[in-house]
Amino acid sequence: MKKLTIFLVLIILILSSACALQAEEQKELSWGGDSEGGFPYMFPNPKNTDELIGFEVDIVNALAEQMGRKPVYVNNAWENLIPGLNRKLYDISINGLEVTPEHKEVVNFSIPYYKTFLQLAVRKNDNSIKTLEDCRGKKVGTLKESFAQELLEEVGDIDIRTYNVEANTYEDLANGRLDAAFFDHPIALYSAGFNPEIKFVGPPVGELEYAIAIRKQDKELLTEVNKALVALRDSGKLREIYDRWNLWTPIMAAEFNDYSPSKIEASRYNEWAETHRPHLTFAKRIDRYKDALPAFGRAAIVTMQVSITAMILAITLGLTLAITRVFAPKWIASIATMYIEIVRGTPVLIQLFFIFYGLPSIGIKFSPFWAGAIGLGLNYAAYEAEIYRSGLFAIPRTQWESALALGMTRWQAMREVILPQAVRVVIPPITNDFISLLKDSSLVSIITMVDLTKAYGQISATYYDYFGPGIIVAVIYLMLGLPFVRFARYTEKRLAAVDKDGKYGHRENIYRSSTRYI
Amino acid sequence: MNLINKPLIVVENLCKGFEDGEVLRNVSFTIREGDLASIIGPSGCGKSTFMRCLNCLELLDSGSISIAGVTISRRPGQVPDEKMLDIAHEIRSEVGMVFQSYNLFPHKTIIENIMLAPMVVKKQPKDEVYEQAMKLLDKVGLKGFASKYPSTLSGGQSQRAAIARALAMNPRVMLYDEPTSALDPELVGEVLQVMKDLDAEGMTQIIVTHEMKFARDASDYIIFMDNGEIVEYDDGDILFTAPKSERTKAFLRHFVNTGVA
Repeated sequence: MKKLTIFLVLIILILSSACALQAEEQKELSWGGDSEGGFPYMFPNPKNTDELIGFEVDIVNALAEQMGRKPVYVNNAWENLIPGLNRKLYDISINGLEVTPEHKEVVNFSIPYYKTFLQLAVRKNDNSIKTLEDCRGKKVGTLKESFAQELLEEVGDIDIRTYNVEANTYEDLANGRLDAAFFDHPIALYSAGFNPEIKFVGPPVGELEYAIAIRKQDKELLTEVNKALVALRDSGKLREIYDRWNLWTPIMAAEFNDYSPSKIEASRYNEWAETHRPHLTFAKRIDRYKDALPAFGRAAIVTMQVSITAMILAITLGLTLAITRVFAPKWIASIATMYIEIVRGTPVLIQLFFIFYGLPSIGIKFSPFWAGAIGLGLNYAAYEAEIYRSGLFAIPRTQWESALALGMTRWQAMREVILPQAVRVVIPPITNDFISLLKDSSLVSIITMVDLTKAYGQISATYYDYFGPGIIVAVIYLMLGLPFVRFARYTEKRLAAVDKDGKYGHRENIYRSSTRYI
Repeated sequence: MNLINKPLIVVENLCKGFEDGEVLRNVSFTIREGDLASIIGPSGCGKSTFMRCLNCLELLDSGSISIAGVTISRRPGQVPDEKMLDIAHEIRSEVGMVFQSYNLFPHKTIIENIMLAPMVVKKQPKDEVYEQAMKLLDKVGLKGFASKYPSTLSGGQSQRAAIARALAMNPRVMLYDEPTSALDPELVGEVLQVMKDLDAEGMTQIIVTHEMKFARDASDYIIFMDNGEIVEYDDGDILFTAPKSERTKAFLRHFVNTGVA
């Protein structure tokens, strides 16, 4: 009991310090982006996957410098960037956010920092497609639910294939599964601009404007950002960035009213093209994986931290719930039952979203780590509670009675007779739950944490390669779970003295040996 | 039988019912220290409930039970309070109970089964408890089984171990709820022998049994229960040879006819 109290106090202390840290504010410019947002916007440096690079990263850094602030990066899933902004996870968000009416309803936008268009790409030797209209009756790949998809639908009669990952689209185009690919120009350029088998055709299509999102109430910040953007444009710093990334296009020239030829080399683009030319040798691939290992290692630690914290929480709360359900007066027990039913009956993904994005609106704010650990912990507690309860009920009532008949109090009977037997019953399902939790912890990647799953996404998007990193991640997950499986086996065997009666051997073998005689 | 011994168990007007009806009706009787009483009667007559009430595994509805000077009494409709539950617990620690299905703790060895309650309940030092437990095992003829697990024992051995476990708490009275019903016929004798030995040592014992021969030979008196009441209550020989009640006669006739006795 004392230990439990200390544990709870510790939890509260850690929680409150985590909250306090968040409240702390210096002269910082925190900005939200998605490290998987994709090239060339922002992505982990292929040479050092811990470093985030991209033309938008350069823009933010220049912007912060112009504003005299220190940029602080906050990672978030792209589709959650705007909710995260309104949840005050960061001051501004920049990551290829388009100025759409829907977005404008919930946040303000700075003046656009970049304008671009959609680019059609076909195979080198294909001369049949020159414009969008030529695509009728052909297979065209594009990004799911994008502006590009809308345009293709307007043309009609096109066999549209939508993708989540742009890299796959260009691979399919190169190997003939597609006839054309239709993407934002920067994506097209960084996906295939250096690929000798693919060429860009047709005029620029459509117009896309990227701007910085700022909370509605932060009017002063909006003005400040706009002033800084104008200053960066006028000083030529923005153009420098675009030149370096090979993103200076006629559209931008018109936008900035600057038709002078580029003075500096497209160094960033060239680096990218160098590392991404197709047909990497096997040895080079292995080298890359080696480079990614530290990043995977760190992500594995995050996964373990979240999982173990969540499991401790789940076991403690689960035990409390189970004991309440079994021993407390009926009306208190029914509260525990209700908790279990509600938590088990709703998706953990929704629970995590609710804790991280929903609770702040009533003033409860957790760091991503604690939101993840608490969310998973609360969820698994419901399952744990049911396991413990069934463990208790698996012990025959006569055991309880004979303990009482020996003069034990209820608590003594529980502690000495029922629980030791119940533990043996519940160890396998608890282990099972922990392994399941370890995998479910991948859900924390949606609340800005870089765990193993997120790292897989980041590194794969960077390398253009979902194969090798996928195997690496799978192996890491397996290795993380293995010690727990082993531990469970060991305890199960150690505690299975009951069944070691020589006649039948270990419980596991009962059915196996008996079938021999059938 | 020692007539000058004072009453150890006094039960007065004990009533007990469950949701589906009354099980015990106004049961009253007295047992003196050192006596061995057998309870016989048809299935469902309330024998087991009576035993469970005696050691307060079931709380009586009304009446009173007095065991070794500890008295629990309840008026009809009285809500049990903390004090009553404390007394129930006190009675339980004066009474040893042996169940039909032995109910040994499967996660503990035989010696651990015996040592558990004295160590946990009475907080006796381990060495002392161990010594006592080994003596008890010797007494029930299981000396070589101390470190075995219950699952490796036969039924007779298990039941003898269960008796030793109950004795370890130094109870004033031992209750047996059909202790031999689950045993193979050839194993019944060894368990009954332990009870006879205890009787010789002066232990007060109440046994619910279907072993008519044992009841007749070993008991100081026999209680015949039927339909929640004590129908007859007499010396073994008298009850078997000259039962007063028609119900007793019918029950005994049934046993003679079926050859179970």
